[in-house]
Amino acid sequence: MLLKIENLHVSIHGKEILKGFNLEVDRGEVHAIMGPNGTGKSTLAAVIAGKEVFDVTKGSITYKGKDLLAMSIEERAREGIFIGFQYPVEIPGVSIANFMRTALNEIRQYRGEEPLTAAQFLRLMEEKKKVVELTAKLSDRSVNEGFSGGEKKKNEIFQMAMLEPKLAILDETDSGLDIDALRVVANGVNQLRSPENAIIVITHYQRLLDYIVPDKVHVLYDGKIVKSGTKELALELEEKGYDWIKKEYEQGKLT
Amino acid sequence: MTPFTQYIVNLFEKNAKQLTEGDVGFLADLRKKAIAVFAERGFPTGKMESWRHHPLDQHVEKEYTLQLTPEPYLPIDKVFKCKIGNIGTNMFTLMNGWYVHQHAPLTIFPNGMMVGSLLMAIQQHPDLVKAHLAQQDLQKTDPLVAMNESLFTDGLFIYVPDNLHVDQPIQMVSLATSKENLLIQNRNLIVLGKNASLSIIYCNDSIHDGKSFTNNVTEISLDEQAKMNYYKMENKDPDSLLIDHILVDGKTSAQFLSNTITFNAGYVRTMITVNLNEPYADAKLYGLYLVDKMQYVDNHVFVWHKATDCTSTQLYKGVIDNEATANFNGHILVAQDAQRTAAFQTNRNITLTDEARIMTKPFLEIYADDVQCSHGATVGQLNDEALFYLRSRGICERNARILLLYAFANEIVETIEIESLRHRLTDMVKKRIRGEFSHCEECVLHCSDPKDITFSIDVSKI
Repeated sequence: MLLKIENLHVSIHGKEILKGFNLEVDRGEVHAIMGPNGTGKSTLAAVIAGKEVFDVTKGSITYKGKDLLAMSIEERAREGIFIGFQYPVEIPGVSIANFMRTALNEIRQYRGEEPLTAAQFLRLMEEKKKVVELTAKLSDRSVNEGFSGGEKKKNEIFQMAMLEPKLAILDETDSGLDIDALRVVANGVNQLRSPENAIIVITHYQRLLDYIVPDKVHVLYDGKIVKSGTKELALELEEKGYDWIKKEYEQGKLT
Repeated sequence: MTPFTQYIVNLFEKNAKQLTEGDVGFLADLRKKAIAVFAERGFPTGKMESWRHHPLDQHVEKEYTLQLTPEPYLPIDKVFKCKIGNIGTNMFTLMNGWYVHQHAPLTIFPNGMMVGSLLMAIQQHPDLVKAHLAQQDLQKTDPLVAMNESLFTDGLFIYVPDNLHVDQPIQMVSLATSKENLLIQNRNLIVLGKNASLSIIYCNDSIHDGKSFTNNVTEISLDEQAKMNYYKMENKDPDSLLIDHILVDGKTSAQFLSNTITFNAGYVRTMITVNLNEPYADAKLYGLYLVDKMQYVDNHVFVWHKATDCTSTQLYKGVIDNEATANFNGHILVAQDAQRTAAFQTNRNITLTDEARIMTKPFLEIYADDVQCSHGATVGQLNDEALFYLRSRGICERNARILLLYAFANEIVETIEIESLRHRLTDMVKKRIRGEFSHCEECVLHCSDPKDITFSIDVSKI
């Protein structure tokens, strides 16, 4: 098993957000996590990334057989975890090229590989830009600075392509995208799917899942997964909304 | 009169005869008027608002040596090699307050440009100099300008005639080489004719600095459509005391750009005054300071919009480590008739320790009603969100901090238009931020002296 989350309880500033979350994801799988606002979807992504404001009060996250929660933020990335952020931060003055080269070479060093030469790096970057149809000259552009919503999300998937993670968690990658950009981003993700890696897609809407077809769909409500199913579950949610889930949960039919 | 004011007045009386011996009439008059103003206004103390934070009278020695004769010629090009590759500057040197030359105290180039000793220019071209020297009202400028005017030794004079664009930058190197506690007062005058342009790189360094006290004044006069870029590098040792006044007058459509970079300082204060006297004149004033230990760096920037349609931008950024202190005092004054002024002022700082101090005072004074002005200052640490984002891609915390700090500083370095200088400074900023000081082995300036290569920003604290 690539990722195993057991009975995870997470709080922020004393308020419990995740309340006994369980999930198992294996290589080659695509999981979708859906659910209404404020149920803990982004918290899950942030905790896996290593964001320090969250307190894990109970439970465990095991990744490649190791205790993920004991790893530093950068160690997680070097071990192959990638988070596509919902709101990627703008970093004026740091070019995307310099950022990616630093990141890639640190990851390579961690794995005991030689750093890429400038020429190798540029070739790789040009190749990976095609994944999300990026045309901008990345050595001139600061990370996310002045990017539109669509460009920011494309840039996230571009970074995913560059870093070739084992486990990618895409947090509302579809939010703020028009139909064309959505297609480009989804196509990019599909190109990066392989039997070796796993992807967790966090989304409100079924729309993205038309393009990125999941193996499993989970509904997150009140800090835990209350229902799991196949891609048909997403269609059902699209049609009926989340109210029936809430109702069934409150009636104790879901646990 | 404070003791140090009295000391300077006495110094003037004792040395006036010898100092003014070669002076033409108007210069002797200037000096006499200046010392009277200085005596009346006094040497800066903590009672003067603009000197409140770091009163200068508490930093000066009791006595200084005044070097009254020029340095004998030193083959400076044999010992001074600037490491900035392919910069191709035309270099002129001031040593202990005097212009150092091999052949001629004043050189006239084939294109008409004149460079050399100010004293010599006063003798040979008195009318030209008189029209531009000492144009400021000594009652309004800092009292140290009056002190300089009364007792300056020599300085660099540059004249660029109308319509001449000088491609090769001029590098002014001001050195202090004495083991004694010298009082050094350079007076520089740079005059650009109509539609003329020039870049200056001004390096202020010390070789064997006793506890010298340098009080320089550089006057810059820009005629219509003249364009001047002025890059100023500070690399002084911890015992040095350096006050630099830059006084700029711009006529219609004149453009002035300055970039003040301070890597090492004892006590450094740069006071830039730009008078935008006629319409469409523009000033861009940038500054970067990376200081640590007990260093003190102070930037006072005053832009006076006197005419309509002028524009000005001030952007100063600093990183302050250990117990260092930085001061920024920016003042934009928009006169009543200066309609359609656009003036902006920003000061951003990152402090690395609880002891590092920054005092910032952005200040707007506006009497016109149709203007676009803004000012602002920030003091803080690096952006946590950005740090997290970089680390989440596998970059270790130390390198993430370096990347962000470099990006912060580089915004200033990027404004340098001379490519070779920009590259060199980019390199120096990177090394400085990584905690290695950049060595200029071939340069006689003190940055090659191991005793001074001790700067380190401890990135773990950023």
